[in-house]
Amino acid sequence: MVVRSLTGNYAVAYAVKLARVQVVSAYPITPQTTIVEKLSEMIEKGELKAKMVRVESEHSALATVFGAASGGARAFTATSSHGLLYMHEVVWWAAGSRIPLVMAVVARSIGPPWNIHVDHQDIFDQRDTGWIIGVAQENQEVLDMTLQAFRISEDPRVYLPVMVGLDGFILSHTRAPVDVPDQDLVDEWLPPRRQPYVISPETNVVMGNIAPDEVHYLMRYSMHEAMERAKRVIEEVDRSYAEVFGRSYGGLIECYKCDDADILVVITGSWSGDAKHAADRLRSIGINVGVARVRFIRPWPRERLVEIARDKKLVIVFDRAVSMGSLGPLFMEVSSTLYPYGTSLAGVIAGLAGVDVSYEDFERAIKTLVSKLEEQGRLYIPQFWLFPEGFESEEKRLEVARKWL
Amino acid sequence: MEIRFHGRGGQGAVTAANLLADAAIREGKYAQAFPHFGAERRGAPVVAFARISDRPIEIHSRIKNPDIIVVLDPRIFDLVNVADGLKPGGIVVANSTVRRVEGYTNYCVDATGIARRLGLVISGWPVVNTTMLGALVRATGIVSLDSILGVVRENFRGKLGEVNSRAVLEAYESARRC
Amino acid sequence: MTVQPRIVRGEGFFLAPISRPAEGSIGKTGTWRTMRPVVDLEKCTGCYVCWLYCPENTIVKTGDGKVAIDYDYCKGCGVCAEVCPFKAIRMVEEG
Repeated sequence: MVVRSLTGNYAVAYAVKLARVQVVSAYPITPQTTIVEKLSEMIEKGELKAKMVRVESEHSALATVFGAASGGARAFTATSSHGLLYMHEVVWWAAGSRIPLVMAVVARSIGPPWNIHVDHQDIFDQRDTGWIIGVAQENQEVLDMTLQAFRISEDPRVYLPVMVGLDGFILSHTRAPVDVPDQDLVDEWLPPRRQPYVISPETNVVMGNIAPDEVHYLMRYSMHEAMERAKRVIEEVDRSYAEVFGRSYGGLIECYKCDDADILVVITGSWSGDAKHAADRLRSIGINVGVARVRFIRPWPRERLVEIARDKKLVIVFDRAVSMGSLGPLFMEVSSTLYPYGTSLAGVIAGLAGVDVSYEDFERAIKTLVSKLEEQGRLYIPQFWLFPEGFESEEKRLEVARKWL
Repeated sequence: MEIRFHGRGGQGAVTAANLLADAAIREGKYAQAFPHFGAERRGAPVVAFARISDRPIEIHSRIKNPDIIVVLDPRIFDLVNVADGLKPGGIVVANSTVRRVEGYTNYCVDATGIARRLGLVISGWPVVNTTMLGALVRATGIVSLDSILGVVRENFRGKLGEVNSRAVLEAYESARRC
Repeated sequence: MTVQPRIVRGEGFFLAPISRPAEGSIGKTGTWRTMRPVVDLEKCTGCYVCWLYCPENTIVKTGDGKVAIDYDYCKGCGVCAEVCPFKAIRMVEEG
């Protein structure tokens, strides 16, 4: 064990090295690039015995690691934003083929207009693909979650690929202390690779063939069942990781002062830290706020969220993405989960395209919604746009529109 | 403790923030260092941030009310309001012999002169990041001189490490209240 | 990479979109042939180029360094005859 000053991207690279990944392939894109740069360096120095396959696109990058993983290798790729969109077809292929592998997704907004800063639009765009999707809050968790991802993905109860989400720049390019575990301990904790089948020139396995419609239907059911089982596996892996490495994150949802809270914030990603800080400050003035940080958006922790949230006076969801034409994607999950309980709900959409959201902003939004709750007794505000500072009024927004026309 | 670095693309503001965080982590503290990337090009004003604490740091938003600001280029004073949001009683450490911000504790150092003398010049640009860290340590004692020298030697190997260490020491010795 | 080829089932209800050559809903696809490949074992050197190229996995390595055709599933496409560097495979009319 050694504490290093690492960016989130380097934390990913160290975890990949500790997992003894055998094949890496990726295409550069900001803010992902330094993950594979670091891995290239590790391979070049002989610290990691892996093959780095250079490709001409993200579509090929994931196809390469999917092929390598199908052939029995522990394989890894990483991407971001437009790169993730470009590989989207293969994202479905890997999950549908039930091939365990791990991909880091450095969350970044999607253009146009061009932007390299964080939001969760790219990650939520992968919601229905059959990948397990985790999102970390801190660099330490990035390392821990990446290691855990291999174990979850290769568990025979799961056999699905796993994405590890980390926020662009806010984690990817931020240095923070990271406890890097000893290789011996990781070797002991992470079992040798398991997968449902291994292709080789010696086995007559047909991939990508046409299945009867009914069998296709059943395969979707099979993937969905695996997702349901993955909830238990994620909790188990969190506990066993804590036993060996001393760090637990609460499995599917990390609860920060949830138990005695009247107001519950539901959120995911690095800005959860700012939300927790806001919760502490609001508590000091008598507003009892807790934070349920969703660590896995797939499988969706329905049962756990019901336990935590059903009896709260108000549940406020913070989305750093929007399903245009509907609502914030996290809000949609939370509201459908809590529907039977009639819990008061509000959905805040904020921080798109890396717009900075400070703890003061969280406090402002929470206070506003709490006072509305007090006025109305019950609350349902499905979309509450927390516009960037200075653009709260429609007049101001029109001014920008005229300028950019 | 929150520190904001103002520089121009290519001067090393981001590296300065990173090295400061590395030094704090080396001392067993918690730290965070991050850039704010906009449409930066060489020469454009840039900002980088660092937080240092005895407790884990969970805040990730940008620093609005720093305790300390470090200005890597005197001309930045004319381009942006470097003291924006600086806390009362805050400290300004500037690469300048004359520029200061009224109402705060100011430290001046001729970092450009030191960098030029030591040959810390890349493509004609003096790189003053390590120099300014020497001045920052002198002005604030936020980390120890040994910690800064340790991370400088770790990040810059061989002769470059030696030259940068000398830059830190010279700035540490020549930084003055102004 | 030294992982041995193997099929390991997942737990619970598990279906993967892979299959083994087997009789399909339409029966043995060998009946679709109009031309059949015939291997001249004198000329066959066991280079296995045909085995690599056969789109239906119907070239069988016979263990003596030669190949045979699985006529139950061979559709008679003729790729093997085309790629054989030694002209050891001939396409002859069925019937």
